Amino acid sequence: MTIKEQQDRIIEDFEVFGDWMEKYEYIIQLGKDLPLIDPQYKTDENLIRGCQSKVWLHAELKDGKLHFTADSDAVITKGLVGLVIQVLSDQAPKDIAEADIYFIDAIGLTSHLSPTRSNGLLSMLKQIKLYAIGYQMKSMQN
Amino acid sequence: METTTAPHIVWPELELIRNDFPILKQTVNGKPLVYLDNGATTQKPVQVLRAMQDYYTGYNSNVHRGVHTLSQQATSAYEAARHQVAHYIGAHNHEVVFTKGTTDAINLVAAGFRKEFLHEGDEIIISAMEHHSNIVPWQLACEEKKAHLKVVPVNDNGELDMEAFASMLNPRVKLVSIAWISNTLGTINPVKDIITLAHEQGIPVLLDAAQAAGHLPLKVHELDVDFLALSGHKVYGPTGIGILYGKEEWLNKLPPYQGGGDMIKHVTFEKTTYAEPPLKFEAGTPAIAEAIGLGAALAYITQTGIHKIMAYEHQLTAYALEQLRTIDGLRLVGDAKERSGAISFLIGDTHPSDVGVLLDQQGIAVRTGHHCTQPLMDRFECPGTVRASLAFYNTTAEIDRLVEGVRKAVTLLG
Repeated sequence: MTIKEQQDRIIEDFEVFGDWMEKYEYIIQLGKDLPLIDPQYKTDENLIRGCQSKVWLHAELKDGKLHFTADSDAVITKGLVGLVIQVLSDQAPKDIAEADIYFIDAIGLTSHLSPTRSNGLLSMLKQIKLYAIGYQMKSMQN
Repeated sequence: METTTAPHIVWPELELIRNDFPILKQTVNGKPLVYLDNGATTQKPVQVLRAMQDYYTGYNSNVHRGVHTLSQQATSAYEAARHQVAHYIGAHNHEVVFTKGTTDAINLVAAGFRKEFLHEGDEIIISAMEHHSNIVPWQLACEEKKAHLKVVPVNDNGELDMEAFASMLNPRVKLVSIAWISNTLGTINPVKDIITLAHEQGIPVLLDAAQAAGHLPLKVHELDVDFLALSGHKVYGPTGIGILYGKEEWLNKLPPYQGGGDMIKHVTFEKTTYAEPPLKFEAGTPAIAEAIGLGAALAYITQTGIHKIMAYEHQLTAYALEQLRTIDGLRLVGDAKERSGAISFLIGDTHPSDVGVLLDQQGIAVRTGHHCTQPLMDRFECPGTVRASLAFYNTTAEIDRLVEGVRKAVTLLG
């Protein structure tokens, strides 16, 4: 699935939720289900420190695609991180770098991207884009 | 707002008081706002907003400069605000320096000590429950002067270890700088004892009163404290204004903090002589509207009655603690005998930020995180806490909403 298709699928998934509780129940479950990052990658180097919660992000290039694993010490953040990874993991660096991320807004979770929320999600998105740009430049050089 | 659940807590004026705070009457995420983040900043009554608007619409002008009527009106209002502050804290007008806030006030003193009074091998005493703003300025000063920062430990209830404190006092200590009330734990420190013990050895004391100022009476002369810092926005006034109180002898001894207009007596390129305190420390055009707003805020507290506020908040805090304790797995971080309405807690192994997000969805504003007290969080081995901090406009019904909200959050987080 393309990044756009992934986003549209999540938006569709979220349409069934009647109220905020159902929505957050889903995100929390997602957070609990998200496969943990391999402990060896849960390093300070991979830590994206927000004021409120910690997020670890690890990137690997596999067959020309960027594969992300992540973790957070807060389960809601972890659920949101899980959604971002669903959308952006296993995509080509170029597509990630150019991706327009609209699903967070569409599912009514924009407040989580606010810099004042400082939950690491915004920093994580930036970091993912940076990785993508980095790998893209590297592949252009090779 | 209904206050039926705790009939023993009655304050007939509460409804009228809440009417003075228009911001409280709104819905957030579809629910009536419950504002319990007063430790971070308090809301402003219309009296404060009006005083600031009156200044800008009626007599906006620079202070201490013009002979024209508006400038004189502005100067009078600015100095009247200083008088209001002095009256509120029980000091003389000339002992009250307007600053940007508590942080600025502490930095002012730290800069002065760094320049004049702190030498290699000297010591500054703070406590383990200090806000970063009462840690970092001293760290910077000590680093530069090769002096030592000594930290009074806290016990598991979040109270200062006063025995340790007493044993730490010695002739090398140049200043004790301690929070009156902990912003994270709500602990009210025994400031009278701290001052007495320090003074016995001739050591001056600075009190960070940011969390105390709107919640209990401040009488600096009675306390005999040497310096006291507070922030306007935490006492129902505007941001960008605060106070440093300093004993006259100290303000005379301290060197100027910043150079500029208003703080000088006479300037030549060879030598500048400085104005007397407090103007010596007020370089540049001050925050005039904010100072006037702060004056109005303190007038509002005085009119409402600080003793009434204290009594009501005390009951409300007791009620909140009692109700919160009924939640399974809830652990208070800080359970001092003498405490304020800043209540930090954790539930089971849930992350504070998760609880905060789910409370926000229910229209309840609390603070989550380390509250700018990272060393204290290390002491209590937690990444942060959820903190509900009360003000006199909060109601028992709002406490019920908080407790219900926390229960819902815990259920969702499973």
